[in-house]
Amino acid sequence: MFDIAVKKKLHSSQGDMLLDISLSVPKGSFVSLYGKSGAGKTSLLKMLAGLVEPEAGHIRSSGEVWFDRARRINLAPQKRNIGFVFQDYALFPNMTVRKNLAFVAPHKAAGHSINEILESTGLLRLADRYPGTLSGGQQQRVALARALVRSPELLLLDEPLSSLDHEMRVRLQDELARIHRNFGLTTILVSHEPSEIYRLSDWVAELHLGQLVRQGAPDEIFHHQEITGKIQLVGEVLEILPNDIVFIAKVISGNRILKVVVTGEEAAVLKAGDKVLVTSKAFNPVLVKI
Amino acid sequence: MNNWEPLLLSFRLSFITTVILLLIGVPLAYTMAYSRSRLKPVWESLVSLPLVLPPSVLGFYLLLAFSPNNAFGRFLEQYLNLRLIFTFEGLVFASVLYSLPFMVHPLQAGFQHLSPSLKEASYTLGISPLKTFLHVLLPNIKPALLSGIVLTFAHTVGEFGVVLMIGGNIPGVSRVASIAVYDEVESMNYAAANFYALVLVGISFAILLALYGLNRKFVHKIF
Repeated sequence: MFDIAVKKKLHSSQGDMLLDISLSVPKGSFVSLYGKSGAGKTSLLKMLAGLVEPEAGHIRSSGEVWFDRARRINLAPQKRNIGFVFQDYALFPNMTVRKNLAFVAPHKAAGHSINEILESTGLLRLADRYPGTLSGGQQQRVALARALVRSPELLLLDEPLSSLDHEMRVRLQDELARIHRNFGLTTILVSHEPSEIYRLSDWVAELHLGQLVRQGAPDEIFHHQEITGKIQLVGEVLEILPNDIVFIAKVISGNRILKVVVTGEEAAVLKAGDKVLVTSKAFNPVLVKI
Repeated sequence: MNNWEPLLLSFRLSFITTVILLLIGVPLAYTMAYSRSRLKPVWESLVSLPLVLPPSVLGFYLLLAFSPNNAFGRFLEQYLNLRLIFTFEGLVFASVLYSLPFMVHPLQAGFQHLSPSLKEASYTLGISPLKTFLHVLLPNIKPALLSGIVLTFAHTVGEFGVVLMIGGNIPGVSRVASIAVYDEVESMNYAAANFYALVLVGISFAILLALYGLNRKFVHKIF
């Protein structure tokens, strides 16, 4: 069990705010910190890692004290058994993939387990490449593999998938879930992507302006806002064409053009250039696996 | 018969100055790059001062400070047996001060250019600050290190005013190439002046070319 209670005044782009958060994270759980940017998610993560010192409170990891203001204890990041994956991956550019892992291995004899980790993350054939020559998804994998070398008890992920495309994202989400299980980790993920949180985590803590506003299982948290039976798209009318007794409106939404059937009365009040909302009720969308 | 002594003296002075500045400059630049002290602008101004001061001003104050007639000079002479006026040691000391910004600025920029998460990642992976500094941060500012070395070396070879003020023109001690050029021109000995000048131009160009060539190679290898 990780027992967290921290306070610190933060200076953000929106002005000063007080980060004041108490949270318990059970061993083996996958917790997501959710909220808008500037809510204090990354700051909280850095406090857990020992990179930012809280002004008050404590952080305990099953009996071991990492931080306790009252007792003047503040373990250095090196002394906390954690893995941290940064948003920009923070791979060491001067070292090959293998060296990135070997450099942080606790002792020399760990070469064997480095091969295992490289293999289980699908990186063995990239082992002698430099990070600068890898794609975003590959760099992300290396960062994750490197964080696992010291068999951390707590894995901290700071929006690790935010700069990847959708397909790579989904693949790495599966991989994250698998690693979390296989390595018996406790994981805390910072994300503002409900779908990602929904897929991965079993507990969500929502932050707003430094405060913990809600926490619960993902379907409780997202039940009323992002998850809805309706589909809504915002678009712009391109043109309206008569077709027998009805009209067809062409609507552009994002980079797709949708055709929507409208009646004569509806067509009469619409013209090209109008902003419209395309909605669909829960019972007619059809899901097809791709 | 050409006299190589002033040229050798110039390069010896530049070499020693560069080595000393590397040892001082790296920790100084690192501290300044990551410092959040309110006094940081003061330190930055002090480091940059030799950049804007006329060399004669710097030389003048060093001359006063080192003079055995004043407290600091007397202290150096009595307790450390060190005389810095009209000696090679004095030139080294003055050159270190004079070329300080040329070493510190590129290094500081190099450190500031690195993503802060590089250092943080290393710490969270259990690597000590010293090991992080030596194996993660320093190797990734190689281009900045090279710029610092090249600029410091070249700037020290080209120094004139400070040397003249506190070193004078003593053959084998403080008569460096730039002074020798001036001296030969003064005595209308243009052939000798041309010899020094030409060698300076040639060697300086060769050094710069070699180092910038290397720099390109580093950049290509890593990025």
